[in-house]
Amino acid sequence: MKTYKQTFAELKHPALIPFFVLGDPDFDSSFEIIKAAIDAGADILELGIAFSDPIADGPTIQKADIRALAGGMNIAKAKELIKKIKAYKDIPIGLLMYYNLIYQYGTEKFFADFAAAGVNSILIADLSIDDADEVSAPMKKAGLDTVFMITPNTEIERAKRIAEKCTGFIYTVSLLGVTGGRDQLSDMVRPLIARLKAITKVPICVGFGVSTPQHAKSLADAGADGVIIGSRIVKIIEDNLNDKKSIPAKIAEFIKQIKQAIQLN
Amino acid sequence: MKNNGRFGQFGGFYVPEVLIPALEEMEAAFYKFYKDPQFVADLDTLYNDYAGRPTPLYYATRFSELVGFKVYIKREDLLHGGAHKVNNCLGQGLLAKYMKKTKIIAETGAGQHGLATSMVGALFGMQTKIFMGSIDVERQSVNVHKMRLCGAEVISVTGGTCTLKDAINEALRYWTSNVADTFYMFGTACGPHPYPTIVKHFQSCIGTEARKQCLEKIGKLPDIVTACVGGGSNAIGIFSAFVNDKNVKLVGVEPAGKGIATGKHAAPLNAGKVGILHGTKMYLMQDSDGQILDTESISAGLDYPGVGPEHCLLRDNKRAEYVAVEDDAVLEIFDIFTKCEGILPALESSHSLAWVYSQKNKLPADTVVIVNLSGRGDKDVDIVERNKIK
Ligand SMILES: Cc1ncc(COP(=O)(O)O)c(C=O)c1O
Repeated sequence: MKTYKQTFAELKHPALIPFFVLGDPDFDSSFEIIKAAIDAGADILELGIAFSDPIADGPTIQKADIRALAGGMNIAKAKELIKKIKAYKDIPIGLLMYYNLIYQYGTEKFFADFAAAGVNSILIADLSIDDADEVSAPMKKAGLDTVFMITPNTEIERAKRIAEKCTGFIYTVSLLGVTGGRDQLSDMVRPLIARLKAITKVPICVGFGVSTPQHAKSLADAGADGVIIGSRIVKIIEDNLNDKKSIPAKIAEFIKQIKQAIQLN
Repeated sequence: MKNNGRFGQFGGFYVPEVLIPALEEMEAAFYKFYKDPQFVADLDTLYNDYAGRPTPLYYATRFSELVGFKVYIKREDLLHGGAHKVNNCLGQGLLAKYMKKTKIIAETGAGQHGLATSMVGALFGMQTKIFMGSIDVERQSVNVHKMRLCGAEVISVTGGTCTLKDAINEALRYWTSNVADTFYMFGTACGPHPYPTIVKHFQSCIGTEARKQCLEKIGKLPDIVTACVGGGSNAIGIFSAFVNDKNVKLVGVEPAGKGIATGKHAAPLNAGKVGILHGTKMYLMQDSDGQILDTESISAGLDYPGVGPEHCLLRDNKRAEYVAVEDDAVLEIFDIFTKCEGILPALESSHSLAWVYSQKNKLPADTVVIVNLSGRGDKDVDIVERNKIK
């Protein structure tokens, strides 16, 4: 199974990391959309499992969660979809989700089962390093990499402690706020990348608000090791629900534009 | 954080990283000021002169005759704003002032916390935003109007079930974008640490007064103390003074809605499973995957799928007993109690009265029960009327 380490070592540009909610808008369409993203040049996938109360997400991803749940998505099907994706291509997958779903499944069993399905890491949006003890050991035991978030308001000493706990990459939040497309890249992100580069060698992948090829390019210029694009991509799904068959091609086109922008480095 | 905010396995602070600095700042400020003589004196003045503390402990003569034992009512309904919520809002508002914050946000269900926050926002001259589920905006329209009159902006939240849980989601989301200058005035003894501890502290005046008043009036402690449980703030406020009095039975009353068996209720201590939502580990209404379930209760203030972590511990270690009563019993007691005593109880508080009524003629005549009447029922008159017509 391809690791983050191999991926970051091979790439000559920042990793392109699209985000999708598994099963959005339904199981089969979701698989087609994600395949198209892979073929268009995604280097890593960041995948969400829909939750009823996503407090870290803005309207676009909230709606995607609702669509996926309405389309019958659940934990068992999410695992199945991940297996199908891995069978299509061995691409690293990070899950981004909320703690309650893991806790109900049984934390150890969840990590073991999803590692077996082909997941490389699980980032829990509502669990900070203060409670990392609850998850770090079982994650390690399951063979998962660890990923935690650092935000623009994280103090430097705390950032160091977080970086030490990340074996996969640091999910670097570009702004203060929830997920969602933004016109402008936050002016907090460049200084944040610089601060982190000075304290750690762990890859720095930037997400939240990253919306355009220009955003991706400036993050690449600022030294990001990966760009995570969520809401802007999920919005393409939302905007084309009346013609689901057209979505994969539209997503592919957008991902190619991003790829081009970050390859210009 | 100075402490991990645990009550046994419950509690904690399960929040996105971006909120950690704000919670740390709040915890630090709370421990810095809560015993500070100036802070204590300021809060006492506000409690006495603004809110109307202490509230009386009233012997409900006719209701006692009806049920066959002695019922004392802790009159939190007489407070400014009409509910216990003002205790917490004055405490947190003063804390916000000491922290030099100029903007406050809050979630609200029944609108009582939103109203108390709006009053305190006006009192301290702070810009106030209230998040409220769109269904609650409709069923508690009088409170919405009052909040706006106090100068608050009321934001109607349409996500999810359009009730309290969704209002909290949206308030948390707003807070993540505005953590630097905004104080989140959380309304109940739930949510991430340090809120359960802070809210309990500011509501503990209820129990402290009630215990003292009871000793003064009848020369002994009550046999039973009962309160309704939504997030758990009025209940923990009155329980806290009696927790160490081993012979005092504590009874928390949850909303059984249309009946526990129907699933249409909001009684996680009776029928939930341990899980994590809104920053805390607690009993929670959820499906087998861990998706949060819709809740249902006639009282907007109790319509929440979780419950404060300290109540979860009190349940597990059996120090308190948690029961549930259905909407029909609540509506019935609203009518009975009002006709008996000339006091309109909030539908929330009516839950604890309904439990007391269910004990009619079952307890010895000299049994002393204290009911925390957390709020007045003026806001509920329309709902009661509508449910009668059906
Ligand atoms: C009058 C009244 N009682 C009780 C509650 C429930 O809250 P808690 O359980 O925090 O006391 C509310 C909430 O809005 C309320 O308005």
